[in-house]
Amino acid sequence: MFSLGYFLQQVMNGVILGCIYALLALGMTVVYGILRLINFAHGALITLGAFFIYFVSFRWGLPLVGSVFLVLGFGALMGLVLDIVAYRKLRGGPEVALLITSLGFYTFIENFLKMLISPQPYAFKTPAYLNTMFRTRFLTFRTIDIFIIAISITLMLLFHLFVKKSKMGIAMRATSENLEIARIMGIEINRVILVAFAIGSALAALTGFMWGAKYGQISYDMGFLTGVKAFVAVVVGGVGSIPGAMLGGFILGLAEILAVAFLPTTFAEYRDGIVFAILILVLLIKPSGLMGVKEEVRV
Amino acid sequence: MSRKRVLPEYWFIMGGIILFVLLFFLSQVLNRYLLHIFILMGISSIATVSLNLTNGYTGLFSLGHAAFMAIGAYTSTLLAFPLTLRQSYELPLLPSFLGGAEAAWPFLPALIAGGVMAALAAFIIGAPVLRLRGHYLSVASLGFMVIVATFAKTWRGLTRGSMGINAIPSYTNVYWVYLWLLITIYVVWRIVNSRFGRAMMAIRDDETAAQVLGIYPMKYKLLSFVLGAFFAGVAGGLYAHFTKAIRPLEFSFFLTFQVVVMLIVGGMGTMSGPVVGACFLITLRYALKPLEEHLKLYGFIELVYAVLLIVIMLWKPEGIMGQRQLRR
Repeated sequence: MFSLGYFLQQVMNGVILGCIYALLALGMTVVYGILRLINFAHGALITLGAFFIYFVSFRWGLPLVGSVFLVLGFGALMGLVLDIVAYRKLRGGPEVALLITSLGFYTFIENFLKMLISPQPYAFKTPAYLNTMFRTRFLTFRTIDIFIIAISITLMLLFHLFVKKSKMGIAMRATSENLEIARIMGIEINRVILVAFAIGSALAALTGFMWGAKYGQISYDMGFLTGVKAFVAVVVGGVGSIPGAMLGGFILGLAEILAVAFLPTTFAEYRDGIVFAILILVLLIKPSGLMGVKEEVRV
Repeated sequence: MSRKRVLPEYWFIMGGIILFVLLFFLSQVLNRYLLHIFILMGISSIATVSLNLTNGYTGLFSLGHAAFMAIGAYTSTLLAFPLTLRQSYELPLLPSFLGGAEAAWPFLPALIAGGVMAALAAFIIGAPVLRLRGHYLSVASLGFMVIVATFAKTWRGLTRGSMGINAIPSYTNVYWVYLWLLITIYVVWRIVNSRFGRAMMAIRDDETAAQVLGIYPMKYKLLSFVLGAFFAGVAGGLYAHFTKAIRPLEFSFFLTFQVVVMLIVGGMGTMSGPVVGACFLITLRYALKPLEEHLKLYGFIELVYAVLLIVIMLWKPEGIMGQRQLRR
């Protein structure tokens, strides 16, 4: 059981799950950095993205590559709508109002899907070229696995470049450091927040597709725990730190998979519990997260 | 001719007597279905009032209420489960320090034990998490809820896994529920109108300023969190002995969400808000239930709850009973 091949295989599974968490955590950390909002609706976008691909590509027959690009646009649009309809109105009020509203939006979207589509899970059948098996000495994998890892790493690099080099990215970092000063410096806060929501939501919708393609099943409530775990990744990595969010995502993904793979089988059922145990451990030992800086309290 | 100051407790006792006379008449007049709804209103009110102490008055946004209700429900069930049925349900007998294998606890001590267990859990989870600022508590308490649900599903020897426990003795009646509601409201009301309550509200409004005034936030946060959990545990115990069957599935995120919506709709940080919100939303639920079942629109009630929450948050964030307060 504990052969090298088995270990590598599980590490790969962990990395794939980590990629998904990391992409989600990116969007969440940017929004949290600026607005101090734990965006529960982020999880709903995973579900929306997965069902979008399911209907557009599998039911209505659009080519998958095209729909993957479409889902990015769809996610971004949903992010914009959420921000403009709801969150914008609440800015400047108590922070908890944002959190409660996002909780409301999550439940709204989840039950809307449940009502409209079905409470049953759907099979997510990707085309054959994504399911081609490759067997090497140590690893067995499908095209989709390579696709997820490659796309995720590319997107993370692009995101990193965007935040470090582009004007909008710099504005974003400035805003998350201090919103008031950024405003005084002539940064259009609302535009920055819109862009943050659009990018984060587009990534979340894309991960919905990845999740479906990897695990073969989508359901109306798939986004909830995944979304919350992504926020756990943000906290583990360090709130406000973008490399931290990615690191946190990979740590969670690996921990979840390896714990299930190497602990006795009775522990497999505690899979979701493990993630939150890690969260509480991190909050106990290093509340600012692995790569975060200690937040100073301004009066 | 100085008027004697009437103790506020006097009004509580008077109100209680009137309430119980009213309850007696209601339990004679109402049919079983309406009485069922009425009891559910009471249990939801207890849960919401206790959540109000944490979320409304101390400004800690906890999302773990379902977990505390689950702990209370399972604890009180396991303690009070009748001896004769324990064998056939494969439930463990009580260990010697809880009264030995021959014992089954009466209802009231079992309820209180459920509350105490929930409070203990809140203490263990709150001690590390409440030291942090920001919304860590929301996520950590949500995580705690997932952990509790996982344990309820997997600890088969104690909880019978996802099958749940059936045939729980039906101890809960309308008097128990409203007695506990009265106690909960009284305790919360006494705390809010004391030094403790003022400290809690000071922490809610500005933690730094409260610290400057010599308030040690941790103590008050923990107190409100633990006390909220205690009454949540009691509500859970009442619920278990009311529906006579509990499953891990019931204590999921949606239960927390329901209680949160009741609180927000009624008005956070008000005395009457939680009760109004709970009664309103339970009424709404049972009014919409035939529609949901008839049209087979599963999820419709939750959808309405969510819309209500969003509408309230966007246009009347202080809730039905709340008054708009000036903020910084």
